[in-house]
Amino acid sequence: MSEELHEIRLRVNGAEHTATVPARRLLSDCLRQDLGLTGTHVGCEHGVCGACTVRVDGRPTRSCLMFAVSAQGHEITTVEGLAEPDGTLHPVQRAFRECHGLQCGFCTPGFLTVVSAYLEDNPDPTEEEAREAVGGNLCRCTGYQNIVKAVLRAAEIRREEAAAAPGGERAAGAGERR
Amino acid sequence: MSETTAPASTGLPTATRDGVGASPLRPDGALKATGEFAYSSDMWTEDMLWGATLRSPHPHARLLGVDTAAALALPGVHAVLTHEDVPGEKRYGLEYADQPVLAFGKVRYKGEPVAIVAADHPETARRALDRIRVDYEVLEPVSDPLRAAFDPDCPLVHEEGSVPDDGRHRRGGNLARHQPVRTGAFAEGATVEELRARADVVVTGSYEVGMQDQAFLGPESGLAVPAEDGGVDLYVATQWLHVDQGQIAPCLGLAPDKVRLALAGVGGAFGAREDLSMQVHACLLALRARRPVKIVYNREESFLGHVHRHPARMEYEHGATGDGALLYAVARIVLDGGAYTSTTPAVVGVAASMGVGPYAIPNVRVDAYGVYTTNPPCGAMRGFGAVQACFGYESQMDALAARLGAHPVDLRVANALAQGSRVITGQRIDAPLPMAEMLLRARDAPMPPGRSALPDPADPRTLPGGVSATVLGEGVVRGVGYAVGMKNLCFSEGFDDYSTARVRLESVGGGPAVTVHTAAAEVGQGLVTVQGQIARTELGVERVTVLPADTRVGSAGSSSASRQTYMTGGAVKAACEAVRERVLALARERGPVPPGARLSLSGGAVVSASGDVLVPLAELLDGSPVEETREYHHRATRMVDPVNGQGDSHVQFGMCVHRAVVDVDVELGLVKVVEMTAVQDVGRAVHPQQLVGQIQGATAQGVGLALMEEVQVADGVIRNPSFTDYLIPTVLDTPPMRIDVLECPDPAAPYGLRGAGEPGTLSSTPAVAAAVRAATGRALTRVPIRPEDIVGLPAPRRRR
Amino acid sequence: MEFLSPATWEEALAAKSERPDAVPIMGGTDVMVEINFDRRRPPALIDLTRVPGLREWRADGDGVRLGAGVPYTGIVDALGGAAPALAAAARSVASPQIRNRGSVGGNLGGASPAGDAHPPLLATDAVVELASVGGVRRVPAREFYLGPRRTARRDDELIAAVLLPAPAGPQRFAKVGTRNAMVIAVVSFALALDARSRTVGTGIGSAGPTPLRAPGAEEFAAAEFDWEGGAPLPESAVHRFGELVAAAARPIDDVRGSAGYRRHALAVLARRALARAAADYREGGARCA
Repeated sequence: MSEELHEIRLRVNGAEHTATVPARRLLSDCLRQDLGLTGTHVGCEHGVCGACTVRVDGRPTRSCLMFAVSAQGHEITTVEGLAEPDGTLHPVQRAFRECHGLQCGFCTPGFLTVVSAYLEDNPDPTEEEAREAVGGNLCRCTGYQNIVKAVLRAAEIRREEAAAAPGGERAAGAGERR
Repeated sequence: MSETTAPASTGLPTATRDGVGASPLRPDGALKATGEFAYSSDMWTEDMLWGATLRSPHPHARLLGVDTAAALALPGVHAVLTHEDVPGEKRYGLEYADQPVLAFGKVRYKGEPVAIVAADHPETARRALDRIRVDYEVLEPVSDPLRAAFDPDCPLVHEEGSVPDDGRHRRGGNLARHQPVRTGAFAEGATVEELRARADVVVTGSYEVGMQDQAFLGPESGLAVPAEDGGVDLYVATQWLHVDQGQIAPCLGLAPDKVRLALAGVGGAFGAREDLSMQVHACLLALRARRPVKIVYNREESFLGHVHRHPARMEYEHGATGDGALLYAVARIVLDGGAYTSTTPAVVGVAASMGVGPYAIPNVRVDAYGVYTTNPPCGAMRGFGAVQACFGYESQMDALAARLGAHPVDLRVANALAQGSRVITGQRIDAPLPMAEMLLRARDAPMPPGRSALPDPADPRTLPGGVSATVLGEGVVRGVGYAVGMKNLCFSEGFDDYSTARVRLESVGGGPAVTVHTAAAEVGQGLVTVQGQIARTELGVERVTVLPADTRVGSAGSSSASRQTYMTGGAVKAACEAVRERVLALARERGPVPPGARLSLSGGAVVSASGDVLVPLAELLDGSPVEETREYHHRATRMVDPVNGQGDSHVQFGMCVHRAVVDVDVELGLVKVVEMTAVQDVGRAVHPQQLVGQIQGATAQGVGLALMEEVQVADGVIRNPSFTDYLIPTVLDTPPMRIDVLECPDPAAPYGLRGAGEPGTLSSTPAVAAAVRAATGRALTRVPIRPEDIVGLPAPRRRR
Repeated sequence: MEFLSPATWEEALAAKSERPDAVPIMGGTDVMVEINFDRRRPPALIDLTRVPGLREWRADGDGVRLGAGVPYTGIVDALGGAAPALAAAARSVASPQIRNRGSVGGNLGGASPAGDAHPPLLATDAVVELASVGGVRRVPAREFYLGPRRTARRDDELIAAVLLPAPAGPQRFAKVGTRNAMVIAVVSFALALDARSRTVGTGIGSAGPTPLRAPGAEEFAAAEFDWEGGAPLPESAVHRFGELVAAAARPIDDVRGSAGYRRHALAVLARRALARAAADYREGGARCA
């Protein structure tokens, strides 16, 4: 193909990557095909289903609606970057697993990236707030009941861990509402 | 939300941790939560090519010629194939092999595959498609299923005799199957007029169900890898590996053992993966290009690439005595099967036999039709013909209750079927069916608080329209509705349905370990968890590995019809029992076991009746693993009579009752479902947490069908093939749910269980519709209910 | 497809001047959907994400100058008081992920009649700031939309900002969709009362080839409204207002709804908006939605 190629450097999950891509390469495709990070799923490629959500500088973003070339200079976090380096699952990952908040699991990475960001700003959501927080992600298997439960459970795990951690509650902002 | 509690008494051989009745974590949960779980779209090999499909832009056309030269000339293109390149059978199909691998002669729906391409990059493949020239002679589409079914002058979608036929069904013309059911006076030839004259109250209604899409989130995809023996290995997301294999191999002109399938991660199914999509195409391209070929559909292609739920047009008439006893029911159910047969005949069989629901009605006349049109093909979706009928008969029951001035639950209770009753096929219900109790439990469940009790009644998140702020409480009316649905579970009508399991018990690293191998498709429902639970319970060993599903072991049948826990669960149980027998025999042979002692397996050891450890399994099996393979068949069923629909055609019946509470903005026609209550009898909850998850998911899909989900087809063309315009419920459209699980065991089934995946999709839709009717006073005879319907305006015109 | 990535506003304007066929892209939530659907293959894109200032807003006289690239999330968080109708519209846009990326500039650039930002801009008499290498010009939103996806923006111009006048009375926005979240408007409506000029502004979305106003309804309401005390309008007047708004629409039947329903729903939204705005007016003068 004669299309012009761009050398890009991406910072994903704390690691530097380089790739050679045409301008029209979507961030989702780049993550999956060029970087082999297939945890980011593509369910609709028109910005509705939310399965491809990644965090761009912390903010949840549809990676199917962003070009890879535009992601340069930003900090990208995918589902693969949520767990600790030693493999300890992120509270959100644990909660979705525990609460049976996933069945086929295809939508799960999008929910996890969204909820991980949401709880950083809203450590103690009500059920209604938890529902609104995941209003931009589709799930076809669960009927969302256990997903809402998992959001609340993840918040609880975060608070428990913050309380147990040195420095106590203040470390993760637990106890503050907004 | 209330949930089931674990059963009090297991009655099982052992009480091993994480066995049957417990809710252990699903073994694939961590991989799915970290992104490591490999879905079919994640498959990758170093030298793979990308496949793409050219599809017909016309719903009905004669195919005059396909010129692939320009596409082949494009650098990076490795293969361009048409029907002429299909080496074996040119057609495949689940019931009748009538669907072309690649179109020849005619195209019968918009989106039908005409040619396929393999190239080194998806973009190159797409550009190659643009270069294929196809000449069509456009024909008039056959869009109206009623005309296709009943107008003798309507053109035929399939020329007479062109669909291979085994004479099992009554069919002909544009009818894929017509199944009548006649009972009581109707079996004796009585007319409707005669019965009508005997009834005190008569209600009639015309109902319509729109075309629903399964809308799984992971589109069709897979990877075919050519093998050195001339065969092919296919990694694919499917519901039934062996039925895929059985259809693919003849098309490739290969023996079945040359076509090996392995299950890749499945991103949801709901019936849409029961038919083939890209399977044969990927294999053909891989064999031709001698390179692995991956095909991944995008969302728009996915709407064209799988069958949908049959849209239905239904006419009902019910007659009752003045005290509310049903006297007769007449139903005509027309299901638009679209261009190819798929599972339409089986869907018709369900719609016919379940056509008037779980009611004792002495005189019944049902006619169910499956029709060929040039609309998108329809086939399996969760609920499978019973969903459509349930909307019809439950709407009728509400209309009748209203006419009689009776509470809708009371009327249903008064006419409820129960254990010992006969369904309209004459089959006796020989397992518990606590229908009346279920209805009463749904009615008596606590009601959600009224709007005035909310912390902020003007919070838009709690109102119809959501955050769009259309409503601050103006014009909002609450409604409550009830519905019950009955669904046959497992495969029916004489199909010899079975599953196969291979179970190995051995000593690994000084401890006993079990390996379970089946070909059963884990599609998200949690079957992989259940297999492990059964092995733990039966063999008293905690360490169980469930191997990936593939065709190296016998067929497991389909992950559909709510059948896998019953069937593959039954097979795993049977194989475990066979292993256990051999292990106990071994213990008697080798061990210090008192002659005649009753033995069992528990805690990784052979134990006596009093629970004393006689010999640890690790020791007994050291160097001599025990492996058994078993097929599990459910009890035989038979095809119903083609004239009167009589016969014991079903294995088991499942039932769910729903109560829906809705708030409706009656001025704008917008609905907020406030709460759904579901009562379902599952016989035995093998994994309560996953079980409740099934009912929740089914309920949500029913809510979607009631209020928003429809593949809109105009003149054979899908107008909304995207998630922008095919709307499925978000979390804000899915209310809190109260799930009430009953466990009345079915003595014929493994552990007494009853399939649970489907029943909730039946009753959810009519319950929501009933609630919206209660709030608005409108008849609402069609789902999905559109805002236009609620405010009393004509439906939008459908234009291509 | 060429990909231009200017680092400054001047570079961006120069690029647009050289390549008038280039499509500017910020959050990508509109443009990329069309590209992914293969409905559009622009020869070039100008990525504006690196241009400083586009994501900023600041006071401008009494009002606010909102950079064209301020994501909807920012509008929801910061402009509830300064631009209540726009903030309400922003809250209803798509999903949280889209709100983190999408912006008013994108709505104006794409000019889809379904864009949620248009009705508030029309109702509040906002002004669009367009820039090119030749200079800056300001076009009232009410003169911006010319035809189906056609606007007053010239090919060599970029949308720099919108100027949002300070509210001088209650503002309302509502939209109808067949889902409770993540839905494109079947129809939408915005209303702004201006106590200073004693005028009423309206904006209609998804009910015509362009975003529309209902001038007849505006004049009628301005004349009928009790600007002194905000007394509740007679039901007949509220009803008439709804009829006039509906009559101004030019809807069609499509997959999202019928023309008849759109008119009906607009009338309902308009009646509710006016009644609520009047109540707001009584309660707090210029205190807002």
